[in-house]
Amino acid sequence: MQRIIKQLVFFIILLVAWEGLVRAGGWTPDVMPKPTDVWQALVRGFGDKTLIYDLVASFQRLFIGLLISLMLGIGLGILLAKSKTADETLGSLILALQSVPSIVWLPLAIMWFGLNEKAVIFIVVLGGTLVMTINMRMGIKNVSPLYIRAAQTMGSRGLDLFLKVIFPAAVPYAVTGVRLAWAFAWRALMAGEILSTGPGLGYTLKYASDFGDMSLVIAVMILIGVIGTAVDYAFFQRVEKNVMRRWGLESS
Amino acid sequence: MFLHIDHINKQFTNNKVVNDVLVDINLTIREGEFVSILGPSGCGKSTLLSMVAGLSEASSGEIKLEGKTIKKPGKDRGMVFQQAALFPWLNVEENVMFPLRKEMKKKEAKQTARKFLQMVQLSNYAAHYPHELSGGMQQRVAIARALAMNPKMLLMDEPFGALDEQTRARMHAELEKIWIETKKTILFVTHSISESIKLSDRIIVMGTQPGTIIADIKVDLPRPRRFDQKEAIHLEKKINLLLKNEIDKVVKEELSYAANH
Repeated sequence: MQRIIKQLVFFIILLVAWEGLVRAGGWTPDVMPKPTDVWQALVRGFGDKTLIYDLVASFQRLFIGLLISLMLGIGLGILLAKSKTADETLGSLILALQSVPSIVWLPLAIMWFGLNEKAVIFIVVLGGTLVMTINMRMGIKNVSPLYIRAAQTMGSRGLDLFLKVIFPAAVPYAVTGVRLAWAFAWRALMAGEILSTGPGLGYTLKYASDFGDMSLVIAVMILIGVIGTAVDYAFFQRVEKNVMRRWGLESS
Repeated sequence: MFLHIDHINKQFTNNKVVNDVLVDINLTIREGEFVSILGPSGCGKSTLLSMVAGLSEASSGEIKLEGKTIKKPGKDRGMVFQQAALFPWLNVEENVMFPLRKEMKKKEAKQTARKFLQMVQLSNYAAHYPHELSGGMQQRVAIARALAMNPKMLLMDEPFGALDEQTRARMHAELEKIWIETKKTILFVTHSISESIKLSDRIIVMGTQPGTIIADIKVDLPRPRRFDQKEAIHLEKKINLLLKNEIDKVVKEELSYAANH
């Protein structure tokens, strides 16, 4: 409870200070809008439903992209964990690609897929796949040898050993992978949308910027941040915590 | 001749230095016997046990169970490790059912699991998850899991080594009861002299560097055994003397290692 009060007080002070500074400085809303301007932009956006269409469109892309990247990431992660040759070759490429922000692929993606949904989804897939791959690989590699030995003495081997013991034992890493993949995919999606077509939150941000509507720009920025945090906090952190406790990796 | 360990040797090669872990181990165990393998750390007793389990290979020699050479792990040998090694994503009952999945229908496997959970007095915890149980309870589940697949032998690798003194004493009584009830052959690795005297029919004392069998002692005392019995005290003194030389060897080695590094 204490923490929520602290946070509430902090954000109220922040908003008041922001409002006060902009008023004192005498900036116009097309340079630096006040919180009240941003609030009006939000109300307007939700009122004429543009922001709602944006949210639906963005989430659709995100969902498709994330789903593909999770499937690819799980497959690649298992491959890298199981095959030393793949790990030494493909693994090094994936590590190298990890340091390239996925948005730099957009020019190529537009050439391949056109200036449309597919190009943005491609960027989202790239954003999520690499981090999921790396986590899945770690998860499989870090399975306690004790579990494997115990399962072997109970007659489990081969595919059965993998499906019934190794994969479930790797679940905590996989969950962390999904959480990070979501965060990377969300960032990639916003970047992709800004440089691509709408509807979508990123597209509306760029559209607002073209028309000098800085209130709407900040409104969208806040929306992006709030959604990103809320999904992580309300869903992923909770799932991760439960899994960690069940798997005995964290004392409850 | 139930279990026959025949001229087993084991070497590890580390940085081109060949290390003898086990040298010429010969041992015969009768069906239904409770045999402890006792020795200081590093004598290769756990390695020997994991060879019987089929989890590691000997450099030479062979191990036969009822005439058949052991090459791989199998359900005819149930293993209990120092850590319970329960699968955290399964509840207690599902853990015990794990080795039964393929050979039984679900209902039958469930009944079997119930029966063995009852034997270790954990029927009420069937739906709990491993992280909700104490160390002693987890180890009892591991014993139930190993027994549920009806193995010919139970192999135990310092199964109570990680438990506190009181829990260990209770586990001794329970294991003895289970052994009398099931008549399983048990091969039990430990470094505790009193534990081996309390539980076993025979104590195989191992020496270290390299690992060899230095004594094979019959324990002919009525059960349940107590430590204030004269014979038990006498036996403990005798084994202590046997092991003293071996432990001195380990200490000397460690000191010379420390001096050289």
